[in-house]
Amino acid sequence: MHLENASVTQHRPVAGAYRELSFETTRIARETRPGQFVHIRVPNLGESVLRRPFSIYRADGAVISILYKEVGKGTRALARLARGDTLSALGPLGNGFPTPADGALPVLVAGGYGVAALYLLAERARSKGVLFVGGSGRQDLLCAGDFEKLGWQVVAATEDGSQGFKGRVTGALDEWVKSGLGNRTPEFFVCGPMGLLRAMADRAKALNVRAWLSMDRHMGCGVGACLACVQRIRLPSPPGAWKWARICRDGPVFEAGDILWDDREDG
Amino acid sequence: MTNPAAGSPDLSLAVAGIRLQNPVMVASGTFGYGPEFAELIDLNRLGAIVVKGISIEPEKGNPTPRMLEVPGGLLNAIGLQNPGFEKFVAEYMPFLRGLRIPLIVNIWGRTIEQYGNLAARFDAVPGVSALEINISCPNIKQGGLTFGSDPRLAAAVISAVRKSTRLPIIPKLPPNTSDMPALARAAEDAGANAISLVNSFPAMAIDIRTRRPILANITGGLSGPAIHTIAVKLVWEAAKAVRVPIIAMGGIAGPEEAIEFLIAGASAVAVGTANFTDPATALRVIEGIRGYLAENGIPSVRDLVGSLRLT
Repeated sequence: MHLENASVTQHRPVAGAYRELSFETTRIARETRPGQFVHIRVPNLGESVLRRPFSIYRADGAVISILYKEVGKGTRALARLARGDTLSALGPLGNGFPTPADGALPVLVAGGYGVAALYLLAERARSKGVLFVGGSGRQDLLCAGDFEKLGWQVVAATEDGSQGFKGRVTGALDEWVKSGLGNRTPEFFVCGPMGLLRAMADRAKALNVRAWLSMDRHMGCGVGACLACVQRIRLPSPPGAWKWARICRDGPVFEAGDILWDDREDG
Repeated sequence: MTNPAAGSPDLSLAVAGIRLQNPVMVASGTFGYGPEFAELIDLNRLGAIVVKGISIEPEKGNPTPRMLEVPGGLLNAIGLQNPGFEKFVAEYMPFLRGLRIPLIVNIWGRTIEQYGNLAARFDAVPGVSALEINISCPNIKQGGLTFGSDPRLAAAVISAVRKSTRLPIIPKLPPNTSDMPALARAAEDAGANAISLVNSFPAMAIDIRTRRPILANITGGLSGPAIHTIAVKLVWEAAKAVRVPIIAMGGIAGPEEAIEFLIAGASAVAVGTANFTDPATALRVIEGIRGYLAENGIPSVRDLVGSLRLT
């Protein structure tokens, strides 16, 4: 975990409203593992007291990058950064994804820019697998080409049918499962909106396989001190027992079966 | 401060009988129990560490969402989640005892008896320099703010703690009182060795699309730069009313706000919300105070305390 002033090396449009922001953070880049995140102090956001967490999309040499689209004042300010600007980066944070189990077929499932949390996993996995990527239209299908270049199979789903399977990404996945897994046991790695995480938790339970879900939540400190971004996690006993886990420090990735879903939480 | 160079301002002072190498602490609830930030900053450079509130039994705290960023600050309703006395002592005291700076433990209870009982337990824990008594949390239904907003109840809690421990005690008072001098005097008369001012302000935010409160607890506490000038006024009022030292907090984002508090009459300050913005804020504040004293030819930070000019 490091606090570094990082210099923007590249800021480019990816697709639609999505951009990739790359910055040089030698120590953070060197230590980043798949599924970890970086907590960014967005420059020129004077009255703002909180950093903004982003999945680390790529980590290459001394440079890391994030994927984002403008959704609020933080990302709007981020969008104004240019090459050579500096930002304060705190990371790498969180535990990230476990290494895919030997013998299992890694199946990545991404909604929108959730794909950012999954790329390093594919890049560093020992065996190749399948990426399911979904969005409302083709403009939301980010980085699918990156995974194909790694030799991964990519299955796209769009709700408007503009590319790939017409419908939700879980629909595409259901078809794929129905078509026969053979003797392969899938292991799911998921990042996306809360609805997708819950839907994948249901599927993992039905299939009796593991699903690792990366949770995206508003965060305070990012290092486990403020206890704002907590999630109910089941305890082995007694039945119904639970504890709070800190998404920033104990997550952001949890095994689906451990999560106690809270109906108030809409992500 | 060890062996300051000749001519370098002296930042050291004593508060509630605790020797501080500098007057800059980190505020309870914003710094966990210390290890969370240990990889990022040298904790031994701080004036003191004030750890997150501890109760006798473990506390689960409030449902989520617990925090919301607002202009100039944030609203929180964590609800005093903590591991409880025994687990805190077993899990965190070994780490905290390894630090070379004073440790102030923030304690709270739901009844006056619980405050006294918990203070007595900490009396027997080596490595604790003082107890901060939280009688001002806006986020729990029983206790908390109800004690702090009534001078008689505040005095009752402080007296109970006073009788239960030899440690210096530092009540943390709420900002929402119509008579801060009276509340501060009540705290002093009940045996406080110093006073922490101020806790977060009771506040609320509504999602106008759903017409629901944004925090699961409905209301929360407002902290950050938005509350700073109100806190300065309250600290100034309290400092005039009591002889015990004031530890000031509320919207310190850099050295300037800390220096303002010292001029208003605070003997020490605590950085809170800004720890989230920049974990190195407290260290920056320390160096900024040192620079300010040097630039203005003030030999000791003690000369700055209460140096407000009104004429």
